Amino acid sequence: MAARGAPAVDGRCVLDVEDVRTRFHTADGVVHAVNGVGFRLHEGELLGVVGESGSGKSVTMLSMLGLLPTPPAEVVSGRARFDGVDIMRLGRDALRQVRGAGVGFVFQDPMTSLNPVLTVGYQIAEPLRAHLGFSKAEAWRRAAELLDLVGIPSPASRLREYPHQFSGGMRQRAMIALALACEPKVLVADEPTTALDVTVQAQILDLVRKLRRELGMAIVWITHDLGVVAGLADRVMVMYGGLVVERADVEALYLRPRHPYTRALLGTLPSVTGSGNGQEARKRLPSISGQPPSLTTAPAACPFAPRCGHAFARCWRENPPLLKVAGGHEAACWFDVEAGAPRRQRENGPA
Amino acid sequence: MAEPATAVVADAPLREHRALWTDVWLAFRKHTGALVGVSVFALIVVAVLFGPHLHAVDPQYLDLGARNQGVSFAHPMGTDNLGRDMFAQMLAGGRVSLAVGFTAMLLALVLGTFVGVLAGYFNRLDGPLMRLTDLFLALPLLPLLLVIIMLFRDTLRAAFGPESGIFLLIVFVIGVTSWMQTARIVRGEVLAVREREFVTAARSVGVRERRIITRHVLPNVLSPIMVSATLGIANAIITESALSFLGLGFPPDFPTWGRLLFDGANFIEITPARVIWPGLAISLTVLSVNYIGDGLRDALDPRLRGR
Repeated sequence: MAARGAPAVDGRCVLDVEDVRTRFHTADGVVHAVNGVGFRLHEGELLGVVGESGSGKSVTMLSMLGLLPTPPAEVVSGRARFDGVDIMRLGRDALRQVRGAGVGFVFQDPMTSLNPVLTVGYQIAEPLRAHLGFSKAEAWRRAAELLDLVGIPSPASRLREYPHQFSGGMRQRAMIALALACEPKVLVADEPTTALDVTVQAQILDLVRKLRRELGMAIVWITHDLGVVAGLADRVMVMYGGLVVERADVEALYLRPRHPYTRALLGTLPSVTGSGNGQEARKRLPSISGQPPSLTTAPAACPFAPRCGHAFARCWRENPPLLKVAGGHEAACWFDVEAGAPRRQRENGPA
Repeated sequence: MAEPATAVVADAPLREHRALWTDVWLAFRKHTGALVGVSVFALIVVAVLFGPHLHAVDPQYLDLGARNQGVSFAHPMGTDNLGRDMFAQMLAGGRVSLAVGFTAMLLALVLGTFVGVLAGYFNRLDGPLMRLTDLFLALPLLPLLLVIIMLFRDTLRAAFGPESGIFLLIVFVIGVTSWMQTARIVRGEVLAVREREFVTAARSVGVRERRIITRHVLPNVLSPIMVSATLGIANAIITESALSFLGLGFPPDFPTWGRLLFDGANFIEITPARVIWPGLAISLTVLSVNYIGDGLRDALDPRLRGR
């Protein structure tokens, strides 16, 4: 793990996202889905983004690429430097070039993200013809290579089939092939294995590892499966209530989590072995008590404070920024869980 | 690519795929009404297309010695008050009526789909376009048609000749006044399809809006469009008949079913057949087309298919 994580940090930064804020205007009022999220993605790095449902993981990525329906969504602010330009300020045509050719996107549900009335080949060939100006025959040839790359047998004949003739795992492979078609520098995978069963999930994870080795692209992997992230990511970003609460290398995060939410999250993981003691094994799974934040107002206090065992007066007054807690490790918390005491005010300054 | 090696393995388990249209046809075949409809409609179309070659009597030939005759071998449907052969007129009139119905339906379909897709896909256009649709639905159609025809008949006749001029005018007025249902249906379907994840997926790989609309959204709303197309033919034929019946359709020497009905109405006591035949032709055509539309709707809806 260390060997894999090390070079990634030195790599050139390919995607630098800052201060993404997105609101949804709903019938029940405004929902502050993303409240100032930023991250950096280095060449060849796999960044895991974890958090519970509604923590703003997907919305951050969709906002970045302008893929949210507006209205109801409103992207209030944000900068995303990719290839030296801020893609959140681009015009329609320039943005279209970035989508697909620069940043690929794999969606959560392979059952609904392929068009049922078009052949798989047509859908994979489409971005090739749009971005790279391939002829129809060239695009189909390349599409067959892509299907082969993602491990679908007899790709040439499979191209002529429709999505309903594919199984769930194959569709997700086809979706990955589609996202990879133009060899983007960055691949955003939005819970790509959530809708798949465990065996297929394992195959897809193997596929992603293989593709990373072969193509060397940077990947943002959104998931709420901490186990997947542990085995796959170089760095992890934990999100809660539309905010980044902790950011660290994967080992640091799992071995020494610094944010109470991350600790609680890791504490909820069931252990495969158990403690051996029968009494212990029959215990209920631990859960984080309380409700996820409602997000109807922009956060003025720490969003996790109501559920946090360490919360003290300051947590209710001020929302903590990301503070540097160790080399390459940041946490947004006023409390130093390792010292067991409140952090001294901005000792290291905001990260 | 490892094609030669894998092709052998994969070809064996490939099951026989049925194309969508095979499925639709299988379901359609189970709909008795639709099958009868197709047969009747096909019979009418064939008769109208090839009938004049077999029954080679000039529909405009005046035989004043043979006026108001009943059914005979020479005149299978009798003759009118000027001795013109009714059967020949029915066949010639059917050509015009069906041509008007078909072209007007196409025009209404294109207009309705265009408006519906734009309104459904672009939030900003939705309000204005749907209010326009409401406006057209609120218009009293028949009086409006009469006014349009009165206003433009002579100009168009001068420009395109009496027959094609009036044909264009009638097709245009029927098309322009009957696209609203299609627009509403298509808008509703597009609103639903637009939110599907594959549209976002297509946008995420940089597909152009125009291409998303034509290649991703449109094929997904095709079945309601086709159903509304078949029903549109029936509607257009009825409207054309109504216009002709009011004397505002084609000129008298240019028969359509509605025109024949209009001319025959004055002689209903002498030769009732002159009203019955065109009336029957209109009713049968509309009925069969409606049944076809009904069967098509059932066949295209996978939830109803195989029931």
